[in-house]
Amino acid sequence: MAKVPVEFTLNGLETAEFVESGTTLLNALRDKIGDTSPKGGCHQGTCGACSVIIDGELRLSCLTLAETCGGADIKTTAGLAEGGVLHPLQRAFLDAFATQCGFCTPGMIMAAKVLLDRTPNPSREDVVEALSGNICRCTGYEPIIQAVLTAARANSQNAA
Amino acid sequence: MAIRRGRGVAAINYPTGMNLGGDPTQALVHSTPTGNFMVTLSSVDLGQGMKQIMAQICAETIGVPTDRVIIDTADTDTGPHCMGTFASRGTHRAGNAVIQAAKEARQVMLEVAAEELEVNASDLETDGQGNIQVKGAPQKSISIFDVALSAHFKRGRSISGRGMFLIPRSYPEKETGAMKPSTCYAHACTVAEVEVDDETGEVTVLTVKNVFEIGRALNPKMVEQQLVGGSWMGISHALYETTEPYYPNRDHGGTDFNQYLMPGPGDLAQTEIIVLERPSADGPFGAKGPGEMCANPQIPAVANAVFDAVGVRIDTLPITPERILRALKAQAAG
Amino acid sequence: MELRKDYFADVRKDGLHEIGQPRPRLDSPGHVTGKTAYFADRNFPGMLHLKMVRSPHHHARIRSIDTSEAEKHPGVVRVLTARDVPHNVYTILILIQIGPEDETVLADGKVRWKGEAVVAVLAETERAAQEAAAKVKVDYEVLPAVFDMEEAVKPGAPLVNEYHGQNYYLYDSGECRKVRFGDVEAGFAQADHILEQSYQSSPIEHAPTETTGCVVAPEGNDRFTCYTNTQAMFFTLDNTSIILQMPGSKLHFVGGTVGGGFGGKVDVIVEPIAILGAKLTGRPVSFVYSREEEMQISSPRAAEKVVIKDGVMRDGRIVARKVTGYTDAGAYSRHSPYGAQKGAAHYPGPYTIPNVWIDTYCVYTNRTPSSAMRGFGVTIGDFALEVQMDKLARLIGMDPLEFRFVNAYRDGDMKAHRQPTEGAALIECMQEASRAANWPVAEKYMAMSSYRKGA
Repeated sequence: MAKVPVEFTLNGLETAEFVESGTTLLNALRDKIGDTSPKGGCHQGTCGACSVIIDGELRLSCLTLAETCGGADIKTTAGLAEGGVLHPLQRAFLDAFATQCGFCTPGMIMAAKVLLDRTPNPSREDVVEALSGNICRCTGYEPIIQAVLTAARANSQNAA
Repeated sequence: MAIRRGRGVAAINYPTGMNLGGDPTQALVHSTPTGNFMVTLSSVDLGQGMKQIMAQICAETIGVPTDRVIIDTADTDTGPHCMGTFASRGTHRAGNAVIQAAKEARQVMLEVAAEELEVNASDLETDGQGNIQVKGAPQKSISIFDVALSAHFKRGRSISGRGMFLIPRSYPEKETGAMKPSTCYAHACTVAEVEVDDETGEVTVLTVKNVFEIGRALNPKMVEQQLVGGSWMGISHALYETTEPYYPNRDHGGTDFNQYLMPGPGDLAQTEIIVLERPSADGPFGAKGPGEMCANPQIPAVANAVFDAVGVRIDTLPITPERILRALKAQAAG
Repeated sequence: MELRKDYFADVRKDGLHEIGQPRPRLDSPGHVTGKTAYFADRNFPGMLHLKMVRSPHHHARIRSIDTSEAEKHPGVVRVLTARDVPHNVYTILILIQIGPEDETVLADGKVRWKGEAVVAVLAETERAAQEAAAKVKVDYEVLPAVFDMEEAVKPGAPLVNEYHGQNYYLYDSGECRKVRFGDVEAGFAQADHILEQSYQSSPIEHAPTETTGCVVAPEGNDRFTCYTNTQAMFFTLDNTSIILQMPGSKLHFVGGTVGGGFGGKVDVIVEPIAILGAKLTGRPVSFVYSREEEMQISSPRAAEKVVIKDGVMRDGRIVARKVTGYTDAGAYSRHSPYGAQKGAAHYPGPYTIPNVWIDTYCVYTNRTPSSAMRGFGVTIGDFALEVQMDKLARLIGMDPLEFRFVNAYRDGDMKAHRQPTEGAALIECMQEASRAANWPVAEKYMAMSSYRKGA
């Protein structure tokens, strides 16, 4: 089958790959490029486990065609820690015991990051809204909500 | 038409481990040359934290900090048999196997330390920080690091142990049903408070107060994870979940997360968790299995609260707005 | 969360070094950085994708299967039918002598539920496998199906599963597991009130965020490594060994990191056929359930019907309880005979009742086979029992919480299955709930203990 070249920036690194037309970004990242941090929980845009950030927007990589991502700036949870130091959101998820099986965690963290990038001091309602497209079956959500609120507080303290 | 409030209670118990027993789990423990401890299992971590709990159990038994323990599990080429992770059996069965293996390894470790310190092994104790010392004379001590090096390179000893836990299978008596289903039971009591909109049939769970008795909270934060998530699942079962909404009719089964309903982050009840610990006679440090039972009492507590609110009994799960409205209609019709 | 250390302090040694400490989870750093390796994070060059052709009918005879068009489809490497499976009829609990073998890996001559696996297609891409699966032609003769448990056990109902010969599981005790304790009819005769009520549930899905699946890689030495999210490593390996008639030494299973289980990954479904595919093609094989398969094909929690008849005295004592439980196994046993048995052991709940009669049935219908799920055998029973308790309390005009104190089991009480109660803590849970929920009960109940004096 015909392959399409696609180039984008992934977690700050120039990345190029040939993909079959119709390949989702999720499959391209996982199977071709080797970034398995986005998870395939449904492949139909209903669970949020595959969430990534494309040009600052939260996107479902299972519903995004890889070939539409040329020139894009893509971020995944695998690229969030800088220099081996965890991002405040990652730290907060650890401290709040907000992970159990961990399968939804990378997508949750992506959704939370887009929220905090735009709304550094979110209300609980803001957090609930931001996470509402991400399914978790283990935690009952409360620890995740608390982790995001804690990360926001940590950020604002650092800024102050 | 109004929003009506009600509350309900439920109390339950739950057996730990595969019913009727006969479900073995094994563990192997050995030290590395520098006194770290490898626990080898074939048990599965589903996300509940089995690996972490086994590490803490091994650490407590050997007498080292938890970060000195490595868990190698679920590779059938290396791990000894475990029946599996189900029936609230993981902590109880695998935990006991790890304790047995770790005790055997600890004994060798103490014997080597005794040779190094020229004392009797029975006079030694661990300080929990990575050292072995003479009881009553802590200044006379040796690090586990050095004991392991000695065992490996000087004394030719394997600091290792084997563990096996099996509750013999019980066979029910045919006519009376006399049997031994389990050796220990966890307990719970839940009070749920709901609001029911008698115009739409919608139920909002305002609060759930759960009291769980689980034998021993081996890691309280992980217990909390399990109990909070379980409480959420119980409410979800009570009000939302079904793959066949018109059972026994097979139609209208949900095939994705849009059709298969569960409470989202905006639908959470205010959840309180209180834990009691009555150690079980045969649990690892008294622990029972809380994983399944924590999702059970919310279902009847919510059902009873719905009755308390609007005076109709919904005896079919899930308690959907449709069922409530139909019941209210029947009630009004007398 | 609040740990109430004041309860049972006399029987517990606290102050341990590692136990009881809220140590951070060693697996969480992997979760938050996306580094944790789940089975599907393994990718092998040349990996084939397996897709199932599934029955569109609830119950049908298979007249013929034509795979010729599918085999010609571009990208298709192999198509498997029942003939390719060495030991096609199996049951997972055969390892602990709970038979008979009653389920086919791939349907052979008959399908018994809508969604049953009939033909497996292995292709270079998921898309090719899916397209080829649509080209498999199966000629079905549709048969009458039965969905209602009460209909299923009536004479003349369509027979769901010939390996059982009747639409219920035959225990050594007969058509149901029985518990008989005291004299239940005498208890009813003595009771001030009788209340008989019926409770019903429908199937529930585990809905883990990670769907069921496995990735199989030939090791090149006649061994196969299977990366799987099974909840039970050797249970799956040993059943695979039986199904494929392959020595267990040829099988290597790697797992232990699972994206949620809840009982949904205790069946042995994806591994044997994926390993067979790898063996017959010499290629790595991936078989991962779609979300739709996870929701409707993977085993759910069984639907249950529970009928409870109680005799209660005006002072609150329950003097007789008769429970009849029905577990809807669907078309095959899987873990349902065990679940129904577990129910028999669980009733009449955490209460001391002198006269008890329990029958639990495991019934076959033409629906998705049910199996294990978090608390199965007990969860729906507890719903029924505890709603019944609420009704009984209101019937005699007692506070529902106080009513439970009157009947709560305590150390030494004989249970219906004839084990003395040990380590009870129901009373203390209710006392604490009374305080936490501001639901006051009479002082005599707050003064109760699960301990027996002198015990």
